[in-house]
Amino acid sequence: MKKICLTVVGMYLMLLHAFSQVTKDSTAFKPRKLKLDEVNLVSSYYTQNGDHSSIRGGIGSEKVTDLANGLELKWVGWDAHQRKNTLTAGIGIDHHTAASQAYISKTGASRRTDGLRMYPSLDWTRENERKGTSFSLGAYYSNEFNYQSIGLSAGATKKTKNNGEFGLKLSGYFDQVKLIFPSEFEPAGPYSTGGRDKEHPDYGSSPRQTYTASFSFTQVINTRLQAAFLLDLVEQHGYLGLPFHRVFFADGVDSVEKLPSNRFKLPIGLRLNYFLGDRIILRGYYRYYIDSWGIQAHTASLEVPVKVTPFFSITPFYRFYTQTAAKYFAPYEQHLESNTYYTSNYALSKFSSNFFGAGFRVAPPKGIFGTHLSTMEVRYGHYTQTTDLISNVISLHLQFK
Amino acid sequence: MKRTIFLCVIVALFGAGMTTACTPVKEYQKNRLNDSEMSLSSRKVEKNESNFQSYREGASGANGGKTGGGCGCN
Repeated sequence: MKKICLTVVGMYLMLLHAFSQVTKDSTAFKPRKLKLDEVNLVSSYYTQNGDHSSIRGGIGSEKVTDLANGLELKWVGWDAHQRKNTLTAGIGIDHHTAASQAYISKTGASRRTDGLRMYPSLDWTRENERKGTSFSLGAYYSNEFNYQSIGLSAGATKKTKNNGEFGLKLSGYFDQVKLIFPSEFEPAGPYSTGGRDKEHPDYGSSPRQTYTASFSFTQVINTRLQAAFLLDLVEQHGYLGLPFHRVFFADGVDSVEKLPSNRFKLPIGLRLNYFLGDRIILRGYYRYYIDSWGIQAHTASLEVPVKVTPFFSITPFYRFYTQTAAKYFAPYEQHLESNTYYTSNYALSKFSSNFFGAGFRVAPPKGIFGTHLSTMEVRYGHYTQTTDLISNVISLHLQFK
Repeated sequence: MKRTIFLCVIVALFGAGMTTACTPVKEYQKNRLNDSEMSLSSRKVEKNESNFQSYREGASGANGGKTGGGCGCN
């Protein structure tokens, strides 16, 4: 009888065990395969007008429109060593029109006044949160009618014990500039390949390389203030002008801009973000820039996001920029033929610019209207240069989670 | 070259000064610092603005964006 009772009790306990929930350690780490985490769409429309076209040697319309669209997909996962892996794939497509392109032909008869640029990119980052380190690799490609580029990058970051982080990124761009000269400098036609007459000769190309070492250091200073130092060392080699930029000398003879085959750039930036009260944020930025072509520039900007609600903010901004001229710049018909280097590209002239505008950002915690659209941001800016160049840009960013 | 070295020294000194001036901040005190508007990197909506500025101005870089190369600009 005792044996029977014990057997019944044992079976009952076994049944209880079989139907009971097995307690799992919910804190135990589990690797997770890469999973689509975020999708970003950025669109911009840009218009510009001015009267210092580089193609016509510093005179003529600079009217440009540009429609840029970018799509970025981000996958996130964790490996068995608790390292976070992020894979980001992006593609951008820009379509531009430029009135001055017609003047690659001396008579303004060039038919190609627009262009398309496509630029896919791929980035991978591995972050070790326990060690406070990360490592990243990136690849980039860009193709447009007169320009091809391949870019590679590698970077690493290391957090400090005191809420700081050091970063280093090395990148190289290996570009090819298609040698499209103004029509008066093209060899005389007709041109034919395989028995087919062509309007232009086969364009050659010239290489351009850009090597950049980017250093960064970010630091939390107190509960409301954080800062970032940014320093780039940039070395460029190769064909650094554009072959269809004309220069008119003082005697009226024209040529193509000629610039040194190397350029060293040193920009140093400081960013300071301060949370003022409970609703206002001050985002300040200053950059000093110097290069081996003689340009020195100062950039200062201030953005003031105002949080109307925790999930809706309005951001007015202002940016001031000023630069000295490159040693090789002179306006239309002011260069001498005896000069070694010469350009009439007004991006290399002495000028100041102002850029101001505003934007708004909506990011409710459960998505906009309860959808996967987690953030929407719109921003408009108006830009003026003392060279009389004026432009407007409007941008839209949609983030899906 | 001297100017470049001088600038690097200034930056290093300023950075060292900043790290010693900061106060310890615990994770639970970072609610304001973690606000998306406080991000120290450029925002995606600004990407094309910095692109056109690098085309139309002589200076570029030190803003997390491109410093030349990759496009038909200087």
